[in-house]
Amino acid sequence: MTTQAPRFWRSIPQRYNLKGTHCTRCNEYFFPPRNLCPNCRRGAHLEEYTFKGTGTIVTHTTIYNATEFFERLTPYVLAIIQLDEGPRVTGQIVSSPEGVKIGMRVRPVFRILGKEGDRGIIYYGTKFAPQREQE
Amino acid sequence: MVSGIVSYGVYIPRFRIRVNEISRVWGDGDDISESLQVFEKSVPDLDEDAVTIAVEAARNSLQRANVDPRRIGAIYAGSESHPYAVKPTGTIVGQAVCSSSSFTAADFEFACKAGTAAIQACLGLVGSKDIELGLAIGADVSQGAPGDMLEYTAAAGGAAYLIGREDLAAEIESFYSFTTDTPDFWRRDGMPYPEHGGRFTGEPAYFKHVSSAARGLMERMGTTPDDYDYAVFHQPNGKFPVRVAKKLGFSKRQIEPGLVVPMIGNTYSGSCLIGLAATLDIAEPGDRIFVTSFGSGAGSDAFSISVKDRIEDIRCGAPSVRDYIGDAQYLDYAMYAKHKGKLRI
Repeated sequence: MTTQAPRFWRSIPQRYNLKGTHCTRCNEYFFPPRNLCPNCRRGAHLEEYTFKGTGTIVTHTTIYNATEFFERLTPYVLAIIQLDEGPRVTGQIVSSPEGVKIGMRVRPVFRILGKEGDRGIIYYGTKFAPQREQE
Repeated sequence: MVSGIVSYGVYIPRFRIRVNEISRVWGDGDDISESLQVFEKSVPDLDEDAVTIAVEAARNSLQRANVDPRRIGAIYAGSESHPYAVKPTGTIVGQAVCSSSSFTAADFEFACKAGTAAIQACLGLVGSKDIELGLAIGADVSQGAPGDMLEYTAAAGGAAYLIGREDLAAEIESFYSFTTDTPDFWRRDGMPYPEHGGRFTGEPAYFKHVSSAARGLMERMGTTPDDYDYAVFHQPNGKFPVRVAKKLGFSKRQIEPGLVVPMIGNTYSGSCLIGLAATLDIAEPGDRIFVTSFGSGAGSDAFSISVKDRIEDIRCGAPSVRDYIGDAQYLDYAMYAKHKGKLRI
């Protein structure tokens, strides 16, 4: 079988812990990480940054007809989330569709993102869940 | 050398199914939850497995005491539902909690007591000063064949314990293990569901091993049940831990805070460790806790634990067991079958 293991392995820091970059000169945060700050260019001071993972749902949709590896999950919610530091990411919300609203606060959770069938590797990473009341 | 628990964390999936809903499908009658003393059990989400549960519990343990994960020198994950037969759960946990790469890892399997075996291994490395902190995990998405008695109790959840020498929330005073070759419950390689010996899992397995380990530890330490404020025993159902506690001389009051199986079912490698966490959630400095796990096959690990002042500082740093138990969403059997992958698409 063909495996995507090397491609998955390269993105483990981003997928597991939302590691991006931060330009300390203009204070802009980037996810996925960028090696060049488009604002400061040669004058940029980029550092690795681990996002908190908390954010707000900007918009969302419900998937009823999924591709082969996701058909067991239907219906599931995909959303664009604005992280508290600024960048927007696309991610799955682990909630029933009726429980998801625009403007809802979310937190990161560690979940299975996909599998290479029954024999291949398992992709783990970050999804988002509605924030608990006390958070 | 004094060593023990620096911090702890748990994770229990939010989905539940009531035992009566399962018995409705198989026609086993309404009294099954009463006879098992298990009323509902936790169910993993479609994208949860022993690894994701282990990671969430480990993250909670680090957050609770604000511990730098780069201090971890060993990660031992105990489970009987590791998603990979070859590729350690601990490697994924280490990367997910941002440990350094300078740690040793291995997966443990000893039915429901793999998590306490992981604690013992960490105690050895911490006690010899080869590592500063060890992360011991017990996590499972346990399997029970449709229609089998195991299906009424086989649940999902896990707990992680940071074992060290300094800043102890609880000291592990001593431990004692009792192990024999007793084939009461097993799963052959490649098989999806375990098999068991029915009533044979009781007297010659659970009761003999739990009693022998518990008595062995108390004899070695010169203690009696009266010396302990709380006790936790492995919880395959709601009857066994109550009966073994009574047999050993512990009261209902001593086991009550850690008896979580009626609400979440048997979380296998997580069972005893979630019970201990629920007890630490309410224990006061100076309290002593007696813990005995059980793993089929068969063996038991007994621990004597003394709670320290630092428990007050870290208690509220992460969700408690009761927080997770209170956050429940109920499924019917059809949704449960979908969650557990019992439906073939």
